[in-house]
Amino acid sequence: MTQAQLQETAHIHTLREESGDRKWWEFFTFSTDHKVIGIQYLVTSFIFYCIGGVMADLVRTELRTPDIDFVTPEVYNSLFTLHATIMIFLWIVPAGAGFANYLIPLMIGARDMAFPRLNAVAFWMIPPAGVLLTLSLAVGDAPDAGWTSYPPLSLVTGQVGEAIWITSVLLLGTSSILGAINFLVTILKMRVPGMGVHQMPLFCWAMMATSALVLVSTPVLAGALILLAFDLLAGTTFFNPTGGGDPVVYQHMFWFYSHPAVYIMILPFFGAISEILPVHARKPIFGYKAIAYSSLAISFLGLIVWAHHMFTSGIPGWLRMFFMITTMIIAVPTGIKIFGWLATIWGGKISLNSPMIFAMGFLGTFVIGGISGVMLASVPFDIHVHDTYFVVAHLHYVLFGGSVLGIFAAIYHWFPKMTGRMINEFWGKVHAVLTIFGLNMTFLPMHKLGMMGMNRRIAQYDPKFTSLNEICTYGSYILAISTLPFIINAVWSWLYGPKAANNPWGGLTLEWMTTSPPAIENFEKLPVLTTGPYDYGVSAKIVDVNKVLSIKPDEPYPTIESNV
Amino acid sequence: MKIPSSIWTLLIGIVLTLASLWYGQNHGLLPTAASDEAVLIDGLFNAMMTVSTGIFLIVEGVLVYSIFKYRRRGGDNEDGPPIEGNVPLEILWTAIPAIIVIGISVYSFDVYNEIGGFNPHAAHEAPIMQESMSMPGTAIAVTLSDIPGSAEPNLNQEKSDEAMQDPSTAAVRNPDIPQMHNASGVGSVAPTLGASPEKEGQVPQLVVNVSALQYAWIFTYPDTGVTTGQLHVPIGREVQMNMTANDVIHAFWIPEFRLKQDVIPGRQTEIRFTPKTPGDYSLICAELCGPYHGAMRTQVVVESQGAFNSWMQEQLLANKDTLNQAVSINLADMSVDEFLTPYSKDIGIHPEMLHQVHH
Repeated sequence: MTQAQLQETAHIHTLREESGDRKWWEFFTFSTDHKVIGIQYLVTSFIFYCIGGVMADLVRTELRTPDIDFVTPEVYNSLFTLHATIMIFLWIVPAGAGFANYLIPLMIGARDMAFPRLNAVAFWMIPPAGVLLTLSLAVGDAPDAGWTSYPPLSLVTGQVGEAIWITSVLLLGTSSILGAINFLVTILKMRVPGMGVHQMPLFCWAMMATSALVLVSTPVLAGALILLAFDLLAGTTFFNPTGGGDPVVYQHMFWFYSHPAVYIMILPFFGAISEILPVHARKPIFGYKAIAYSSLAISFLGLIVWAHHMFTSGIPGWLRMFFMITTMIIAVPTGIKIFGWLATIWGGKISLNSPMIFAMGFLGTFVIGGISGVMLASVPFDIHVHDTYFVVAHLHYVLFGGSVLGIFAAIYHWFPKMTGRMINEFWGKVHAVLTIFGLNMTFLPMHKLGMMGMNRRIAQYDPKFTSLNEICTYGSYILAISTLPFIINAVWSWLYGPKAANNPWGGLTLEWMTTSPPAIENFEKLPVLTTGPYDYGVSAKIVDVNKVLSIKPDEPYPTIESNV
Repeated sequence: MKIPSSIWTLLIGIVLTLASLWYGQNHGLLPTAASDEAVLIDGLFNAMMTVSTGIFLIVEGVLVYSIFKYRRRGGDNEDGPPIEGNVPLEILWTAIPAIIVIGISVYSFDVYNEIGGFNPHAAHEAPIMQESMSMPGTAIAVTLSDIPGSAEPNLNQEKSDEAMQDPSTAAVRNPDIPQMHNASGVGSVAPTLGASPEKEGQVPQLVVNVSALQYAWIFTYPDTGVTTGQLHVPIGREVQMNMTANDVIHAFWIPEFRLKQDVIPGRQTEIRFTPKTPGDYSLICAELCGPYHGAMRTQVVVESQGAFNSWMQEQLLANKDTLNQAVSINLADMSVDEFLTPYSKDIGIHPEMLHQVHH
C-alpha cells in the first residue's frame, strides 16, 4: 500500500460527495469563504495579467524599430509605467495571495481563514484600484514616470496621472497588508491539532516568510507615497529639490519596500514549487528544514539589501559595500533551495505533465535570473549595467521565469482541486513549451543589449541594436500567443472537463484529503495527520489506521513521523 | 565496458571547467574598453562569467539528465526512493556558494577601490560637533534644520560655488536649487568615484563641468571657458566631471568607459576616469528623465592631446565674438535661455530645449 492510498484510507470518512452547494454567482459577491476569495483573486489577477501583457506587447512593438513610429513618447512612457505597476501589484502579488487564500486553510486543516471578513475586504480593494489605474489611459493623463515614480520627475509629468498612480498603489498596498495579517495568524493559530511547524507544508512556510516581509516593508512604501502626494498636490518639498527636499530619501523609502517586494513576489512560488516537485517526482522533498528556514533567511536578508538599486545614485562608498555583501549573501539560501529541488527530482519517477514542465522550466530559467542577480550585486559591474536592458533581462528572468512560471505550475497543479475538473494535458503542454520558449527568446538577448549600451525606458535607440530588438519583439508575440491555448483550455475544462478525483496526483498534503472541489466547510471532520507532507515512498512504516481514527476528538492526534 | 561513475564525474568536471574558462573570456558581450577603469571592470565581469557558466551548466545539465533518466516509465506506479536529505551534501552546497560570493565580493571590493570609490577626498569628514554630543536633541535638530547659515559644512555648496566661478558654467546652471547639506557625522551626501588610490591627492589633469537638463548635456571647460554639447577628452589624462542637474535626475553613462553616475539636482556629483582608447563613443542619459529620455545622448570623442588642443582652439575661435559680447553685458540681467539662445547651434541642442532650463 503506498502512502497516498494509506492516507486516503485514513480519511475515508471525508470522502463524501458534498460539493453541490456553491452557486456560480457567489464568485461575484462579498463572500467570506476563503476558497471563493482565492478564486476571485486568481481570476482578477489573471485578467490584469492580460491587460499588462497587451501593454508589454505595445512597448515591444514600438521597440521593434529604433525610431519613434508607433506611439508618442508620452504614451510609450505611460505604457511601460502601467505595464510594470499592473504586473507587480495586480498580477504577481495578488496571484500569490490567491493561492495563499485557497490553499493555506486546506493545507493546515482549517475551515476558513482567521479573519474571513477582513479577507474579503482585502480582495475587494483590488478591482477598483486596478480599474482606476487602467482607466487613467483613457483620461489622457496616465502616469508616465516609471513604476519607481522618482521625484522630481514624477512631480512634473502630470498631476492627475501621478495622483491616480499613488491612490491605486496605496489601495493595493493596503490590501496586501490586510492579506498578510490574515495569512500569518491563520498559519500560526489554526493548524489542525498534531501539526507542528515542522509538519507544515512548505508553501505555508513560504507564505509565513512572505507575510512577515509584507508587514514590515509595505507601510514604508505607504509613507513614501503619502509624502510624495503632499509634494505633488499640496506643494510641500519633502522630496522636491527646488525647495530643499531630498529626492534620494524617496529612493531609499521606495526601495525599502520594493526590493522586499521582489521576495514577496517570488517566495510564494518557491513554496508552490516545493509542493509540486515532490508530488510529480514521487520523492520526498530533499532537505525539508533547509528549504523551510531558507525562506525565513531570504525574508530577513531581503530587508537589508534595498540600496543595491541605488549604487549609482549617491550613497557613501562603505554603504555600497555593505549592500553588495548582503545582496550576495542572499544567493546562499536561494542556492540551498535550488540544489534541494534538483536533488528532489534526482532519482525520482518524474511524470512530465504540464505542472511539472512548468516547475522544471521554473528551475531552468530562474537560475539565470539568480546568476545575473549576483553579477548585479557587484558594485563595479552594476555601475556599468544599472538602468540598462541587462537589468530588464534580470528582472524578467526572476519575475517571469520565476514567479509567472511558478503561477502557471501552481494553476495546473491545483486546477483539479479548485474546479473539480481535469485540465486538458495536451494544450497544457503546448502552453508550457510556448511560454518557456517565448520567454527565453524575449529576454535572453536583453542581457547583451544592456551590456553593449542600450539603456532602459527609452522609445528610441541606437540603430546598431535593431536586430536583437527584433528578436525580443517577436519573442514577446510568442508569449502573447502562448496565453491563448491556456485561456481556452482553462475555460473549457472548467465547464466541460472530465470530473477530477479527490486526489488525482496522489499528493500527501491535506488539501488532497477532501473532495474536489472542497466542501463549503472544507472538511466534513477535521483531518488526521498520519504522514508528513512529503513521505513519498516511505512504505515500511506500520500505521494502524483504526487506532488513529479511534482517538477521541478532544485528544491531540498522534503524529506519525517518518522513520527515514 | 562499464565506466565507473567516479571517472564520469571527473570527465564531466574537466569539460565543465574548460567550457566555463573558455566562455568567461570569449563571451563577446561587452563593447570596447575605452578607459583604464573599463579594463578592471571587464576583468571582474569575466571572472563572474566563468563561475556563472559553470553553475548554469551544472543546473541545466541536471535538469535535462533527470528528464531523460528519471522519467516515469509506463505502468510504473511505485514511488521513488524515500531520500529526505543528506546533511553533508547540504553543507557542501551551502558552503560552496558562500565561498564563491565571498570571493566575488572581495574581488569587487578591490576593483571598486581601484576605480576610486573610497577616495577620502571625495567627501569631507564631518565630526559630530561638541554641543550635539552634550545637549540631547541637538544632533537631531541639526540634521533637520537644513537652513542656510547652519554651522554644518556644506560640501555641495562649496563645490557648486567653485563651479559657478566659471561664468560659462554659471550661465547654464540653475542657481535656484538649494544644495544639500552634509549629513551629520557622515559627510557629503554626494559621494563620487574619485581618484584611484595611487593618484590620491593629485589634482585631476582636466576638469569638465557637466550640466544636465531635459534633454541635453552641456559641458563647460573652466580652464578655457568653452561651452559645448560634445564631450572631448584627451587620451591618458585623468579627467574629472563635476556634475549637477538643472531639473530632474539624469545619469551620466558612457558604456565604453563602464562608468555611470546619477546627476542629481541639489547635489554635486563627481566622476574621474582616464580615457584609454581613441574613438567616438556615446554619452547616454541612463535615468528616466521624461518622454524624450531616449534622445538625451551626445558624442564623446577620445583623441590625442594634440587633436584635443586644436579642437579646443577651434572652439575658442568659434565662440570668440559671442564671448566678447557676453562679457560686455551683465549676466545677472539675463535668464539662462536668453543667454544660451545664441549658442544653441554651437552646443548642438535645440533652442526649445533651453526653455526647459529653470523649470
